[in-house]
Amino acid sequence: MRFERREDVSLPALFIAPFAAIAVTLVLCAGLIAMAGVNPLTAYAEMLKGAFGSRLSVTETLTRAVPLMLTGLAAAVAFRARLWNIGGEGQFYIGALVAAGLGHDLVSGLPVPLAIAVLMLASMAAGAALLVGPALMRLRFGIDEVVTTLLLNFIVLLFVGLMVEGPLKDPMAFGWPQSVPVASGLRLPDLVPRSRLHVGLILALVVAALVWLLQARTVFGARTRAAGLNPRAAAFAGVPLTATLVRVAALSGGLAALAGAVEVLGPTGYVTTTMSPGFGYAGIVVAMLAALHPMGVVAAAIFVATVFVGADAMSRATGVPSFIADVIMSVSFLTMLTALLFTTYRLRR
Amino acid sequence: MTDPILELTGITRRFGPLLANDDISLHLQKGEILALLGENGAGKTTLMNILFGHYAADAGEVRVNGRALPAGQPRAAIAAGVGMVHQHFTLAGNLTVTDNIVIGSESLWRIDSRRKEAKARIRALSQTFGLPVDPDARVGDLSVGERQRVEILKALYRDASILILDEPTAVLAAPEAEQLFRILRGMTAGGLSIIFISHKLHEVMAASDRVTVLRAGRVVAERRTSETSPADLAELMVGRSVTRPKRAAHALGAPVVVARGLSVGEGQGKTLTEVDFEVHQGEILGIVGVSGNGQAVLGQMLSGLARPSAGVLTLEGRDITRLTPREAVRLGMGRVPEDRHAEGTVGDLAVWENAVLERLHEPAFAARGFVRRSAARTHAADLIDRFDIRGAGPDTRTRLVGRQHAKADSGPEPGCPPALSAGQPADPRSGRRRHRRRSCRVAGRACRGRRDPDDFGRPGRGGRPVGPHPGHRQGPSFGAGDGGEGRCPDAGADDGRGLGGA
Repeated sequence: MRFERREDVSLPALFIAPFAAIAVTLVLCAGLIAMAGVNPLTAYAEMLKGAFGSRLSVTETLTRAVPLMLTGLAAAVAFRARLWNIGGEGQFYIGALVAAGLGHDLVSGLPVPLAIAVLMLASMAAGAALLVGPALMRLRFGIDEVVTTLLLNFIVLLFVGLMVEGPLKDPMAFGWPQSVPVASGLRLPDLVPRSRLHVGLILALVVAALVWLLQARTVFGARTRAAGLNPRAAAFAGVPLTATLVRVAALSGGLAALAGAVEVLGPTGYVTTTMSPGFGYAGIVVAMLAALHPMGVVAAAIFVATVFVGADAMSRATGVPSFIADVIMSVSFLTMLTALLFTTYRLRR
Repeated sequence: MTDPILELTGITRRFGPLLANDDISLHLQKGEILALLGENGAGKTTLMNILFGHYAADAGEVRVNGRALPAGQPRAAIAAGVGMVHQHFTLAGNLTVTDNIVIGSESLWRIDSRRKEAKARIRALSQTFGLPVDPDARVGDLSVGERQRVEILKALYRDASILILDEPTAVLAAPEAEQLFRILRGMTAGGLSIIFISHKLHEVMAASDRVTVLRAGRVVAERRTSETSPADLAELMVGRSVTRPKRAAHALGAPVVVARGLSVGEGQGKTLTEVDFEVHQGEILGIVGVSGNGQAVLGQMLSGLARPSAGVLTLEGRDITRLTPREAVRLGMGRVPEDRHAEGTVGDLAVWENAVLERLHEPAFAARGFVRRSAARTHAADLIDRFDIRGAGPDTRTRLVGRQHAKADSGPEPGCPPALSAGQPADPRSGRRRHRRRSCRVAGRACRGRRDPDDFGRPGRGGRPVGPHPGHRQGPSFGAGDGGEGRCPDAGADDGRGLGGA
């Protein structure tokens, strides 16, 4: 038995891959749920109900999907260029921190839309800087960005801890380690009244469309793909490798940081060291499930959000630990990788 | 005739649209040297990979000593006594010769490794077969010829009775190649049977007992070497009569590309030392040497990928010492990378994307940062049409175009570029025209051939070179390309031969 490269990747196969992966994941996880003594069908039904059963749960699921879309786009953009950005989590936090730090009073003199834009751009710049460094280190010295970006996550998280315990600590928070809140006028307006769903959703969808346009239609996108697929040929054709990769890094880091900024300006209003349930890492899963397609990211983010929101409800209803959400997400990552393997390779005797 | 030691019957292997091996049958007698001759892409390597078990055949059978080999199992092939020496060596540079030879043949669970016995055996083998090599040397310190000996010893160590050599002389200088053939002769006297793969006629004539000629995946002929001639073989190989191209004498023009004192690297790492050359208008300059003597970096320099540490390079008086790939495209400097698969195209992109990749900064193909897709597609379709790239459309993934893809990666200018540098154009993957070039080890080449833009379709004889024309970059342009193939439309004999026949 051996793997053999397929001559061509068929587009329908690529489209079916994530659905097949998710189906297999649900079957595999059904075994775990059964081991917890619950009928898997009941559990999945509860999960679906928890995620979409009411107006509140729908808005909650979408609220959860917004940062996942942005971190998913961040990962997808970088992976397209074969830049392995595992630092989405750190970039998310640095974006959140900058938005909260500046959003308290620094931009108070500006008109609201402009102030929000400035906050987001400042966050994105910080996130971009956080990834451009590792990208340059790889280009200059061959230092593996998987290691540097991954380790930076912990450094950033400790730094956020330092800030929310120190200079940015909210004196009104009864000693809780959380930052001063963003000025209430700067919060993103709600999309649906009496819910946490905010206009960040629209923003994420627009960003996804723009990223698609950038990748599929622009010179930058064409060069990025060429550089990712075959750097030597790209260099021979005059594609500036360093400049291209640095721009990809800035975009990717910026998108992950934007997720953090949107989260602070939207539902939470302030920064804590526990505000992200792993949005940065989940973004990698989202990007893979989407086969790195920006529009697919939107759908994949909603799927992952469904699992997370639904798992809590399922846990309450059936007693299956909500950790099953993490398991489902991780397993779906592995099954998707397997599915992608089979779109490019076939098994031969 | 005695029973053959090796027999292949009806081997068929398909890669997507490409029928790489089409019902191939051949046999090998004990103590015989069989040459497998064919153009690049004729299916030689695929066939040998099937024989060795790297690929499984779609149909057909491999028999060694009358026993069928299970398909797709290199282990079984090794056990049956088949040894393969790949064109690209599979040795670990940081291990010793002994380690490299023994690796894989020792049981994984043995605690003691029998290095002493192994070394003694290697010494004995190298003595018997005339393959001198120090078992304790680090492979990384050996010359290319020595490494090849290690590869052969590796096969012999595993008791190979059939040795397959894939383009064994590709990495050797002429004297080394002759030595290799002497060694091979000695081996057959010792009872070994050898298949060697080649597309070089003189080698086949010199070294083989029998020749099997492949063309487009089929066996087209089998000849005793003593009963054939190079001309006969050449004709069989390409499928039509081959006339040696004639090259009209013509006067050379002014110098076009001038290199003065080009050096790369410092001290020990110096790969090029004070190289001077001039290429005149209408002239083809061949640069000859065993690979690894600096041609690669010279080629890179002419392609804009490397910068000299000292010296000056000029194109028509303009300083191009610090050439970039984009600058090269802009100046109309045609470039052919040495490794067309790795550098020529991005295999997973569509043909049209590759066709315009190096010209994305030009307004013809990009407007306000957006790719002009329809213009790019039209351009690609035009190239496909003009160069008769079979089985391709603008949206085909370039990898699928197979060995013809090199042609696709960019198109020619209506007039030829003022200067063309080609790395190893004598073995492009495609090559209807290759037979016209003598294959010799020529690496970085600068050819110059300029012609009237209105006159494309006719080879621009050196007799009437035309200066750069304002229009000559308006049309579809050519860049990182294939070995001269189609660089100038129908450039025919003049360019084709010129490129290879340095």
